[in-house]
Amino acid sequence: MSRLITITINDKPYQVEPNQTIMQAADKLGFHIPRLCYHPKLSIEGACRVCIVEVEGMRNYVASCAFPVSDGMKIRTNTPTLRTARRDIIELILDNHPQDCHTCERDGNCELQRLAASMGIRARHFEGERKRYEKDLSSEAVIRDPEKCILCGRCVRMCSEIQQVHNLTQAHRGFHTVVMPAYNMPMGESVCTACGQCINVCPTAAFLEKNYTQELFEKLNDPNLVKVVQFAPSVRAAIGEAFGLEPGLNMEGQLIASLRKLGFDYVFDTQFAADLTIMEEASEFLERLQNGGVLPMITSCSSAWMKCLEQFYPDLIPNVSTCKSPMSMQGAVTKTYFAKKKKIDPRKILSVAVMCCTAKKYEAARPELMFDGMRGVDIVVTTREAAWMIKSAGIDLVHIQPEEPDHPLGISSGAGAIFGTTGGVMEAAIRTAYELYTGETLVDIEVEAVRGLKGIKEGSITMDGKEIRVAVAHGLGNACRLLERVRQDPSRYHFIEIMGCPGGCVGGGGQPYAQINSIPLDDDNLRKRAQALYDLDKAKTIRRSHDNPDVQKLYKEFLQSPLSPVSHQYLHTHYKAKTPAGIIPKKERTMSGDSK
Amino acid sequence: MSDKQYKLTFCDGSGCLKNQAREFRRVFEEELQRQQLQQNVQMHLSGCLGMCGKGPILIVNPGYIMYGHLRLEDASEIVREHLVNGRPVSRLIIQEDHLYNRFFRIFGDSEFFGRQMRIALRNCGVIDPEKIDDYLAMRGYEALAKVLTEMTPQQVIEEVKKSGLRGRGGAGFPTGLKWEYTAKQSDPEKYVICNADEGDPGAFMDRSAIEGDPHTVLEGMIIGGYAIGSRQGIIYIRAEYPLAVQRLKKAIEDARREGFLGERILGTDFSFDIRICLGAGAFVCGEETALIYSIEGARGMPRPRPPYPSVSGLFGKPTLINNVETWANIPVIIIDGADWFSRIGTATSKGTKVFALAGKVRNTGLVETPMGTTLRDIVFGIGGGIPNGKKFKAVQTGGPSGGCLPEQYLDTQIDYESLAKAGSIMGSGGMIVIDEDSCMVRMARFFVEFTQDESCGKCTPCREGTKRMLEILTRITRGQGRPGDIEKLERLGTMIQKASLCGLGQSAPNPVLSTLRNFREEYEEHIHQKKCRSHECTALLTYVVQDNCVGCGACKRVCPVNAVSGNRKEKHTIDPKLCIKCGQCYDACKFNAIAKV
Repeated sequence: MSRLITITINDKPYQVEPNQTIMQAADKLGFHIPRLCYHPKLSIEGACRVCIVEVEGMRNYVASCAFPVSDGMKIRTNTPTLRTARRDIIELILDNHPQDCHTCERDGNCELQRLAASMGIRARHFEGERKRYEKDLSSEAVIRDPEKCILCGRCVRMCSEIQQVHNLTQAHRGFHTVVMPAYNMPMGESVCTACGQCINVCPTAAFLEKNYTQELFEKLNDPNLVKVVQFAPSVRAAIGEAFGLEPGLNMEGQLIASLRKLGFDYVFDTQFAADLTIMEEASEFLERLQNGGVLPMITSCSSAWMKCLEQFYPDLIPNVSTCKSPMSMQGAVTKTYFAKKKKIDPRKILSVAVMCCTAKKYEAARPELMFDGMRGVDIVVTTREAAWMIKSAGIDLVHIQPEEPDHPLGISSGAGAIFGTTGGVMEAAIRTAYELYTGETLVDIEVEAVRGLKGIKEGSITMDGKEIRVAVAHGLGNACRLLERVRQDPSRYHFIEIMGCPGGCVGGGGQPYAQINSIPLDDDNLRKRAQALYDLDKAKTIRRSHDNPDVQKLYKEFLQSPLSPVSHQYLHTHYKAKTPAGIIPKKERTMSGDSK
Repeated sequence: MSDKQYKLTFCDGSGCLKNQAREFRRVFEEELQRQQLQQNVQMHLSGCLGMCGKGPILIVNPGYIMYGHLRLEDASEIVREHLVNGRPVSRLIIQEDHLYNRFFRIFGDSEFFGRQMRIALRNCGVIDPEKIDDYLAMRGYEALAKVLTEMTPQQVIEEVKKSGLRGRGGAGFPTGLKWEYTAKQSDPEKYVICNADEGDPGAFMDRSAIEGDPHTVLEGMIIGGYAIGSRQGIIYIRAEYPLAVQRLKKAIEDARREGFLGERILGTDFSFDIRICLGAGAFVCGEETALIYSIEGARGMPRPRPPYPSVSGLFGKPTLINNVETWANIPVIIIDGADWFSRIGTATSKGTKVFALAGKVRNTGLVETPMGTTLRDIVFGIGGGIPNGKKFKAVQTGGPSGGCLPEQYLDTQIDYESLAKAGSIMGSGGMIVIDEDSCMVRMARFFVEFTQDESCGKCTPCREGTKRMLEILTRITRGQGRPGDIEKLERLGTMIQKASLCGLGQSAPNPVLSTLRNFREEYEEHIHQKKCRSHECTALLTYVVQDNCVGCGACKRVCPVNAVSGNRKEKHTIDPKLCIKCGQCYDACKFNAIAKV
């Protein structure tokens, strides 16, 4: 441990570690310096200037997020002039903001609103011209509303640093600065992967999911429709937060009961389709392994990752599993197997998915996933939208009596539950692949190597003396790093899981906004959500996908066997290269000695 | 004019005589005869030059090459090398002849130049900037040769530190310290950058310096590269300077050809090359971190410091950034020495400073004066005062980041500290003279409009704050100022100064705050009496016909909106409701009968 240094904050001396910023030191000492553009997972921007403090000997205020502590430093965080300056900075942001809080989707969940309240802005001094922009509604999933943007740059950094998609950047100068995709391309045509992480980190409502709640409310009142809903594993682990509950509570039963009260005729669980995915994906993997197919095989559950693949890694398309995502598989069996079984015209089925994800909205609309002229999923709503609908319909999710999902697409194994967190698909696949390959049951089914929030995880498992090397990446930036390794050394891994969002689906772009005293994508929060799923797994008697009796029944009655022609017709798809519009391929930066 | 090619002056003072001066002259004449050059030279004797310790002395013209410590055997070398081959014998040249003297000898007898001291601009106007030989003849690349053969990198840094040179880009950071910090970094890959992204409105110091003498910038950079251990230099220059770019390119090619750039410079182990990077003309890219982002191909936006570029700069590597004028001073410091250089200027600011003199002054243009010269000397001496008999009102230094200084500050000495104390800044050297016809509120508004336009949009105070200041200033100049506006300007200005991310934002309120300090009554008149004393704000202006109107009708004829009425030979009147304040009547009246009130 390095030597402690002494700093003074507001006239009181403290011993702190060197090599940290003033904000980091202050945080540990219980001083919460107000902040806006700062996010611990992103690079230091120093743009909003809300976190300014006074440092003795410095002519100007310093941004505490960026300035390192030094021995003997005297810091003041709360002098009257500093308070006025900070307050004025927030007021300047408000002056260029629509201030339509009551009709804004982030009302009550807005960091700017909270900051304004804590600054005590009661009078306005500087009001003037305000920026005006049209909303960009072109994307199936993500809406960009530059009028609400306060230019903190979190989305830009998230998109380029964590996700490495580089879709967003600031354009123009001064008062006309605006965040947009390259060449002001509509979001729907840009390289946006629809992951929705910009929404997660946006302090205001400059990015939002495309909202389908009104449409859904209308359709729920249509007596001619059979309303079927599925919900993703990680939704149950996070939706409680939207009701003020602490993170990491499993609200599965309450959510099922609430969805029934909302008007759904059948409430199914996407975890069922997760088990189904494992049956198909593990079989596909073994087939590739045994018959010299393209390896490493890469998972295809994450729709943001699929768009990333098609745009930036088209050379790896043969490596990607042909399996549809669990949501799309569930949609497909709902409108075929289930419809047939219940003798319902599949065209009268309203297939709804409650997802932790914004990209699923984009996925549901992909034409490649259609079958028999139908979409498998008609409407996707995020965890946030579902939570709002439940509140709006006057349903008490917190105190409601838990209920069970419907049959035949409701029962799931523990393996299906852990799909919602990074490493979960890999762990679930190993449980089944091992047994399919060796004919023996894997005893130690908790694969620690692929658990946790490390960006890229590697592990191996021995099946009949054969070492299978696996890797797991979450967040598209980590995925890019992992795939560069694959490009350089294609035989390094056999099987790779990629999830587009940090932490996997638990950190999805559609999950509840950070509550008071929390920050978006807080690691502790992600861990708690993941733990809820691991606990769910542990509590189940069925923990392997192939042991799911309803999945077995589905194969017996409809699909015949994994990778059968019927399976291929409904559960598999294909991907094709997409030229990223407006993006010039990134060249290695080299310095030449020549003057140009 | 004599048709002789060379004019030789031998010192015939007693000090030199003691050192065999006449004996030397005799040998020299014999040598001339042997080479049959008697017809080509004209020989003179002079009295004592006062450098008796260095005799015998011989001065060769043209070129004013001064030789000293001459021994008899040197005569043949001087005749052969200098008079026959045209190559002055540098080992015999004595150093009292400081580089700037050459400029002075050529132009020093005019009033405009005589008061200046040209160090950075010493070769501008003297040499052909596209001929490397011209630069070499002015002892070009001699400093580089000296550094590479006689000095260690540490000695070079010590010399620059000792010279007291401070950054000429505006902030005035000690150059030697910056070099030392960068040299200390252990990273084997380092960069040297020349900041030629000159963006102040009306400033053209860097452009002129490069256009007039590109090699001195290159030489400074190569020396800097040697001192800090870098192999690669980059000149970041705006694309709006095509001539400067073209001359730099030519200079780089020539220097490479002559072995001053590239691998193993002058046969030593030191290799260094320079490339040019064109900027797109964003003002903020003159800020060093934004400039670095721009070279890297990213959006030119500043980032918080530390880390400073000396630790983590271009591509994350230690980077030495200096301004054009700073680099141009380096060869002089090496040749003439830090001791000499540090004798020029004031206690804290050494050497000279180049200013772009503009505005209401007779001699506008580029001037270089020693630090410590007063504003009065520049405006009324070199600048020749205010034209058209108008009254001096203020001088604005430092461009959009600077302040306006009224008459009582005219005797302020120009150095970093004094200007800051007076409420302005040195900046990169813009100097705009303002006479009584200029409205200070409009002036402040102009600069805020500029910085608001050029703000990168990253930090809140600069992006949003300057916008609100601009709105307030605009309404004041339109006669819509409200009570409390001055206080709002002060409140915003102080906050923006103290809270902005980079120098652009931190200095953006300066034009407003300094005019509020020195010309507050003009703001108050605008707001409370709806009056602009310099009649620049048309919204606050009424044209009235006075009693000396003879009724000639000239005003009536030129008025485009028929606002003037009146019978012939009777006093006319202007209808203020119709008047659009175009000023044509005012210009047309031969009797000065129309007044602005």
